[in-house]
Amino acid sequence: MAVDMGATEADTMTADRQPTTLMPKVAIKRWGRALSGVLVVAGVVLLGYSISRGQVDWAIIPTQMTSDTMLEGVWNVVKLAFVAQVIAVVIGVGVALMRLSPNPVLRWVAFAYTWLFRGLPVLVQILLWYNIALIYPRITIGIPFTTVDIVDQSSNVLVTAFVAALLGLALNESAYMAEIVRAGLNSVDPGQKEAAQSLGMTPGQILRRVVLPQAMRVIVPPTGNNAINMIKATSLASVIGFVEVTKAAQNLSSRDLAIIEALFAASVWYMVIVSIANVGQYFLERRYNASTRDGGGSRALLTRVGKSLYTPPVRRAEEITS
Amino acid sequence: MNDDIIVRAIGVRKRYGTNEVLSGIDLTVERGKVVVLLGASGAGKSTFLRCINRLETMDEGEIWVDGEPIGYREVDGTLHELREHALAAQRADIGMVFQRFNLFPHRTVLENVAEGPVQVKGVPRKEARQTARELLERVGLSEKVDQYPARLSGGQQQRVAIARALAMKPRVMLFDEPTSALDPELVGDVLQVMTELARDGMTMVVVTHEMSFAKEVADEVVFMDGGRIIESGSPGQVIGNPQHPRTRQFLARVSA
Ligand SMILES: Nc1ncnc2c1ncn2[C@@H]1O[C@H](COP(=O)(O)OP(=O)(O)OP(=O)(O)O)[C@@H](O)[C@H]1O
Ligand SMILES: [Mg+2]
Repeated sequence: MAVDMGATEADTMTADRQPTTLMPKVAIKRWGRALSGVLVVAGVVLLGYSISRGQVDWAIIPTQMTSDTMLEGVWNVVKLAFVAQVIAVVIGVGVALMRLSPNPVLRWVAFAYTWLFRGLPVLVQILLWYNIALIYPRITIGIPFTTVDIVDQSSNVLVTAFVAALLGLALNESAYMAEIVRAGLNSVDPGQKEAAQSLGMTPGQILRRVVLPQAMRVIVPPTGNNAINMIKATSLASVIGFVEVTKAAQNLSSRDLAIIEALFAASVWYMVIVSIANVGQYFLERRYNASTRDGGGSRALLTRVGKSLYTPPVRRAEEITS
Repeated sequence: MNDDIIVRAIGVRKRYGTNEVLSGIDLTVERGKVVVLLGASGAGKSTFLRCINRLETMDEGEIWVDGEPIGYREVDGTLHELREHALAAQRADIGMVFQRFNLFPHRTVLENVAEGPVQVKGVPRKEARQTARELLERVGLSEKVDQYPARLSGGQQQRVAIARALAMKPRVMLFDEPTSALDPELVGDVLQVMTELARDGMTMVVVTHEMSFAKEVADEVVFMDGGRIIESGSPGQVIGNPQHPRTRQFLARVSA
């Protein structure tokens, strides 16, 4: 601003001068910025120093991080979060379509589904699934009016800790996904559907080729955030003894008598998994943002990966609506 | 039924709640003719146009396009309502151009034009793209084939939309105020494309406020008011020598 004004004054005062004799310019001195920068850096350094002087056995952390239990836990977190998120997306799309259907029964069922699975705490849902044998000791799925059974098994065998955690996480998340997908579908200009209809496209084609791809711009950012929350929510499965990272850390802390170290080891792993998910989210968002798709392709991959780690999704949500 | 009649509307009525917006529209459009619909805002022009390809359902009446009752199948003198898939097949033969273009923003210009033939008619992708190129050349946009629609001016987008509709080789083209959303200096290019299309023998039903287009290109001008056709005839009759006071009022306002 100040620089601009200076330039205008110079223009009016010296309108007859040659362009070769432009005046030198002085930018504003931003002392406040420099000072706050120094203070923050100093604070971070002090914090790091105090932690390094605390009573932490740093040497044991890498050993714990690479122990079999912890690696199993990491794999289980990835597996659980991924499968739960995929199931949630599939169910979420289905429930969202039911919610937008002209059939009032479907609309009502979809509403009730969302109301129930979003309303109950995930921890309670996991515990309920884990104890389902108390309601149904045996689970039998047969073909009606025949004696053929597709599944006939004791509930305790069928609903392992993994399955209980998966059901708890996926069904809760699917209720959120239904809302996200519904918002995404509603965000697409109705004129798009009409244009596709006037070309003779069928409802399925319109959804797949026209509406969903555009809804993705609205669906992907919150889904990415939810997927990252999902990774962290897998820690709830530790209460039913499922060996994910938190349970692994608990096992290690009692084995090595090193509680804080085991929690640090777990924390590092969570940050690693979440960071990788962040990178994935960034690229997914770019892919579904057609307006920016043809730009920025030449930028180095590494720069973009780096950018993905510090670009908050919220800011990109604004760009989407513009 | 006469082979040379492409669109025949019989007693079309449409209500929104208690508000009757179409109160019995009868209209025939012959093969290769251009009919321009005029009328004040709210007269029901868009609603009627959208009934022709059943983007809007009607409460009474029938619309036949090239011998088929739109939205229905005739069995022994009875009309049975069609399911979405069969309706889609009927729509594939009716082109429509919208006021706000409605191009697919996530596809390039070429993909926009090739989408219908590939998805709906099962034309091989390569062939569809070749046809799309030819159509885009015809509307003067050869250079823009690989752009995304957002990079194009309104006039260019509307010409792509016309090419997209033409790619389906429709029996009739419906235009709903195709130039109303354009800057004045871009209107001419779109009207020129439409004029050429008319000269090439396309059957067209056009809602527009462009009087020059109506005078020079239309074979018939139809004036709608309050959901009815109150005057119709050659451009010379309806625009040059309007009989109904509402028509005169309207023409005085648009030419002012
Ligand atoms: N979806 C709808 N629900 C309720 N009323 C509607 C709906 N669509 C149109 N109408 C009403 O129907 C009447 C006719 O609308 P229509 O859009 O066909 O007019 P038009 O002649 O195309 O006018 P314009 O020149 O403004 O486009 C108007 O009174 C309008 O308010
Ligand atoms: Mg209209």
